[in-house]
Amino acid sequence: MRFIFKTDYGQDIRLAKHGGHLFWYGALMLVLLLAPWLVQEYWLAQLTFVLIYAVAGLGLMLLAGFTGLFSLGHAAFLGVGAYTQAVLTNMGLPFPLALACAAGLSAAVGLVVGLPALRVKGIYLGIATLSFGFIVEEVLARWESVTGGNSGIHIKKPDMFGWTLDSGEAFYFLCLLITVLATLGILNLLRSPTGRAFVAIRDSEISAQSMGIHLAYYKTLSFALSAALAGIAGALYAHQLQFISPDQFNILQSIDLLLMIVIGGVGSVHGAFLGAIFLITMPQAIAMVKDYLPPTIGQAPGLQGLVYGVVLVAFVLFEPLGLYGRWLKVRTYLQMFPFYRKGMFKRQKSFQKSDRLK
Amino acid sequence: MQLLQLVISGIAQGCIYGLIALGFVLIYKATETVSFAQGELMMLGAFGGLAGMTLLGFPYWLSVLGAIAAMALFGMVLERVVIRPILGQPAFSIVMLTIGIGYVARGLITMIPNIGTETHMLPVPYKDQIWHLAGLVLNVEQMVVIGVTGVLCVLLYTLFRYSKLGIAMQAASQNQLAAYYMGIPVKRLNGIAWGLAAAVAAIAGLLLAPITFVHANMGFIGLKAFPAAVVGGFGSLPGAIVGGLIIGIVESLSGFYLPDGFKDTAAYIVVLIMLVVKPNGLFGEKLSKKV
Repeated sequence: MRFIFKTDYGQDIRLAKHGGHLFWYGALMLVLLLAPWLVQEYWLAQLTFVLIYAVAGLGLMLLAGFTGLFSLGHAAFLGVGAYTQAVLTNMGLPFPLALACAAGLSAAVGLVVGLPALRVKGIYLGIATLSFGFIVEEVLARWESVTGGNSGIHIKKPDMFGWTLDSGEAFYFLCLLITVLATLGILNLLRSPTGRAFVAIRDSEISAQSMGIHLAYYKTLSFALSAALAGIAGALYAHQLQFISPDQFNILQSIDLLLMIVIGGVGSVHGAFLGAIFLITMPQAIAMVKDYLPPTIGQAPGLQGLVYGVVLVAFVLFEPLGLYGRWLKVRTYLQMFPFYRKGMFKRQKSFQKSDRLK
Repeated sequence: MQLLQLVISGIAQGCIYGLIALGFVLIYKATETVSFAQGELMMLGAFGGLAGMTLLGFPYWLSVLGAIAAMALFGMVLERVVIRPILGQPAFSIVMLTIGIGYVARGLITMIPNIGTETHMLPVPYKDQIWHLAGLVLNVEQMVVIGVTGVLCVLLYTLFRYSKLGIAMQAASQNQLAAYYMGIPVKRLNGIAWGLAAAVAAIAGLLLAPITFVHANMGFIGLKAFPAAVVGGFGSLPGAIVGGLIIGIVESLSGFYLPDGFKDTAAYIVVLIMLVVKPNGLFGEKLSKKV
């Protein structure tokens, strides 16, 4: 077991806590950089989807996991980003500019949604964002002159000032770059005063306020940042699929995003990535197992929903920290091997913390 | 005359929203959790009635009562097995849990071969009958919805106002800890609240079934009941019904007078306005917390 004795503040906020971190994340980065030569084209596309969903997951994690505001309409931001990107790219704007616009517009929309969030809390916020999601979906479907309505629109290949990314590998590297930048951005944000203010708001609004944190400012900021990341993810998603339609950004997509961060582990940056891996590989795994099941079960259309539901229920009941929490437990067990006690990660109940009185 | 006609069909639809919202409110008041599986419970209730009538061949009233009783039992079991272990956790985890339950219910129903993926008609005795009353064309299915909702409201009012059980439930919903100290079996009451909510959801499903048919995705209508609950005030039983009626009427009128697309979003626009203007809803009480 490794003990780190922190003797100054700089050590406390360092990104890599020890050499092991540098080594393992470096190795992961190397594998990701070599991935186009290691895996087949199909799996590379899936890996690209993992990266895209991880960016969206990072955004939602910032909002739900670190600021404690949950959004049931996050797919709407994804949709705003995707459609902005599609419309601007088709107008001939180069990729970086269109991406910036997509992120900016999503952030602006997030700001607008964040404003009611100042007045409402808990479940009311969930319903407000849910309503917002439905309205955006309807707008995307009805505003036919811009969005092409229910028939959707095609989007051109990303092109940067004359250099077109027409291969899957090139786009993969682009996504990887954006994901790495987003991750570093979030990590740096979280160790900054802003990030700490977010966490303080999550843990207790009243004590955060009494420590001089401006609730309204930080809550809207969190919404805007989260929406911007979702917008970027949406833009990449549009490029990866090359075709978008309103029904890709409906309530089920929003729930998928929430499911992703809950299964990954709420309140950890790793969770966004683990959740994205889960979300992308689960359908593949089900498709693989399907053939070995009796046809009445294997071919039934509800199988995927059932598995998602069971996994979600199981995680909330038995592993509220998600996949990342499971990894933490395994690691702690190995590190402390003979001395591991049961119940080290036991949750505490708080019947007194009534949401109604928040 | 046309306006009245529209309002009546809005009221009928609103009663369905109100009944589902009633389930939310019952559960919210008792356990401070919000069940996103309420729409799916409604769907299960409708399928239960369908199974009773077509598979088992029971008469209408028997299969309806059977479905409601079965759903009440199911709700209590659900509370005992899945909800109780995580009571006292943040609202977020319980929302995700109920979303998961909804997924499971929908998945399971869809997996029943040849039944889950189809759309079914519930063979009710009052199917396709029409009354003519002073120039109005009244659909009997809608009238039954309105009538049953009215009766149910009176029953629930009596339960909460006059019975020992209802008063105990009110006490528990005001302050769980104090209720515990007074010897009220709060946990059992939570189970009963879930059972009651599931039964109300089953009634909503059985009432809706003749109008929209029975299918695995009919639970999505539960998402429309959230606006109803918020407009009425999330913690208020009469509020749920009133909110449902408002949403139903607004939806019906906007579907006729406003351009396409407003019908589907009207409920959500109303709820957003409501949250900005009066976040506690029409009947919601304002609670504050001492630090």
